[in-house]
Amino acid sequence: MAVLVVAAHDGKSVRSNVANAVAAAAQMDPDVHVLVAGSNAGEAAKSAAAIQGVTKVLEAEDAAYANWLAEDVAPLVVKLAPGYSHVVMAADSVGKNIAPRVAALLDVAQVSEAIKVVSPDTFVRPIYAGNAMATVQSADKIKIVTIRPTNFKAAAGGGSAPIEKIAGTGAGGLASYVGAELSKSERPELTSAKIVVSGGRGLQSGENFKMLESLADKLGAGLGASRAAVDAGYVPNDYQVGQTGKVVAPDLYIAIGISGAIQHLAGMKDSKTIVAINKDEEAPIFQVADYGIVGDLFKIVPELIEAVAKK
Amino acid sequence: MKVLVAVKRVIDYNVKIRVKADNTGVETANVKMSMNPFDEIAVEEAIRLREKGLATEVIAFSAGPAQCQETIRTALAMGADRGVLVQTDAELQPLAVAKLMKAVVDKEQPGLVIVGKQAIDDDSNQTGQMLAALLGWSQGTFANKLNLADGSAEVKREVDGGLENIKIKLPAVITTDLRLNEPRYASLPNIMKAKKKPIEVLAPDTLGVDVAPRLKTLKVEEPPKRKSGIKVKTVAELVEKLRNEAGVI
Repeated sequence: MAVLVVAAHDGKSVRSNVANAVAAAAQMDPDVHVLVAGSNAGEAAKSAAAIQGVTKVLEAEDAAYANWLAEDVAPLVVKLAPGYSHVVMAADSVGKNIAPRVAALLDVAQVSEAIKVVSPDTFVRPIYAGNAMATVQSADKIKIVTIRPTNFKAAAGGGSAPIEKIAGTGAGGLASYVGAELSKSERPELTSAKIVVSGGRGLQSGENFKMLESLADKLGAGLGASRAAVDAGYVPNDYQVGQTGKVVAPDLYIAIGISGAIQHLAGMKDSKTIVAINKDEEAPIFQVADYGIVGDLFKIVPELIEAVAKK
Repeated sequence: MKVLVAVKRVIDYNVKIRVKADNTGVETANVKMSMNPFDEIAVEEAIRLREKGLATEVIAFSAGPAQCQETIRTALAMGADRGVLVQTDAELQPLAVAKLMKAVVDKEQPGLVIVGKQAIDDDSNQTGQMLAALLGWSQGTFANKLNLADGSAEVKREVDGGLENIKIKLPAVITTDLRLNEPRYASLPNIMKAKKKPIEVLAPDTLGVDVAPRLKTLKVEEPPKRKSGIKVKTVAELVEKLRNEAGVI
């Protein structure tokens, strides 16, 4: 039986992590369908059809799906699910919100944040902030799985799957969307950036984050932060990297003024190369860093900005 | 309006986890246990609603072994009014907990349920959403701010791109994110008072809930270790390594 990937999108194209979800789904079954629900989802459906490995796109047009309210999207997925062996979503804020609602309505378990597909019914997932890896097997007829996008190489583009239009299920009237306060940034999105510059409490103020912005801009990097920096109000919540924030695995992660609590390490320790800049040489961040510099970040970062600018 | 909050007993967030040598799980013997930090935020939010006169009673729910009474006591010391424990030594997965909570919700008829968005042990992030589904209620997940008015709740949610505002009908399930509030510490007099507050103990059977796990844990292993790196003395040396050794800039 086929796998259904439920795709989030912005009205123009599906999120980049859908290509990772498709890659993961293809390891469960080669027949991968993608559900694109929305109002005016046509363009997004086309972008899904272009992902290699996708065999069919289901486009559900309904005003109720415009803002991804779980109360309205879940019934659609539940209606489609009996035709599938698996329902897969990326473990982002949309997938985490909707997938468990779908699972409970189907009376099945959910496998959260799978990082590896061992076999169609067996998955590896991190527990305890990634300090242990559990291999779990599902006996449910329909398996609901959210996948951690950074652990699956995105499926390539260039495909041309057929798009089938399907009927929506309407609005249940339980919830309505009011609006969003989104962080505006020209920088690469944190979870897909090749380089991430992250700051912690050591920055001492939101004002000082400007220094990291200028380093990030020189490197073409995304900007992240530790929970401490977010809680202190230096930067918005969507900057948070860690167990309960975003998980990143860039080629280069530069941790500046971050001590390296296990909850933070959980969100970045799969990065290819890690650099730590911290004045405390005992800081746990140095235990995972490939390159560490002990010293005053307010001296080191400006030097670093200058050095990377020089080719 | 009653408010039900769920509190899970987990390994304290400061404890370094050790995987058991036989790969069946993690070591929990002689390890400090505490209330899941996200659930502390849930308890705090519920108490604030009562203090504002928006809630009449705060009920702390837990499920698991007898020791979960301690976790409920912590909630009672923070200010919850009474506790309900569904006592079992069986392994409980999120769907089973959601079903147990539904049974208690059917009995107690709260107008609002608040749970942590995620427990720091299994990191599932499922129970609140599952409970909302089973009850046919709305869900305000990853809440950064909660306002109640006229049979509905305005929830500011922490999402990938920043914050999102939704309006949901009550009754509803709220799951807490980190910035919703800062939980209070229980004062000594309140800890003493909490000892006299009632905790009702129920069994999964009497609630008619089958808690058998749906996911079988085949093994639990240590994550791969990162090789320890080196300390460099200067920024010039760092940039040279990043360019020529790691090749990442």
